[in-house]
Amino acid sequence: MSIEITSKEFNPWNSLQAYEKNLVALHGKSGAVATFVGTMRDYNDGDSVQAMFLEHYPGMTEKYLQKISDTALKRWDILDTFIIHRVGEILPGETIVLVAVWAGHRAPAFEACRFLIEELKFQAPFWKRETLSNDNGVRWVEKNTN
Amino acid sequence: MTITVKFFASLREQIGQSEIEIDSAETVAQAWAKACNNAPLPSHILMAINQEYVDKNAAVKNGDEIAFFPPVTGG
Repeated sequence: MSIEITSKEFNPWNSLQAYEKNLVALHGKSGAVATFVGTMRDYNDGDSVQAMFLEHYPGMTEKYLQKISDTALKRWDILDTFIIHRVGEILPGETIVLVAVWAGHRAPAFEACRFLIEELKFQAPFWKRETLSNDNGVRWVEKNTN
Repeated sequence: MTITVKFFASLREQIGQSEIEIDSAETVAQAWAKACNNAPLPSHILMAINQEYVDKNAAVKNGDEIAFFPPVTGG
């Protein structure tokens, strides 16, 4: 299991490949990997968005992601979980989050991956502040959509 | 006795401080009242003691870190 909070831009596919390389114990055991990648859009709520700042609660955010990863590993027949989440200044097109789950079979991989991203979005302490295009100011995103 | 009260995101901006120390409180709701000059606790605000979610009636003890923040919007 791995959890990473980073203020640096990352390529989710490179991160996934690098992580998988170290999963030697899973070679031959993992038959499915389900991934979710969340990317920043250049629009929200009908407005054009130029940039975003992602705030978190250092300590609690990591603890919470650890807790949901533990829950997923207990609840489903899965082999490993991997989460990376950006914080700080983010631009449209950049990756915000990567969630990956390895399992013997696809059903638990999909289900646990869905569980992790939904729990993360609705409970993990992160907050988005958008900078709108054309000098239209900044605003905090009030709630997540589906 | 010292209790640290933290605020995040839009709530931190409204309050104008990220952290306030208070000398005592029995519950999270009391800690909010002390830190925020008896302002009413907004109903949508989330709260934590020592980085674990709690409700407003949760008991507080010396040295605790309490946090108040708006609904989360990560991912």
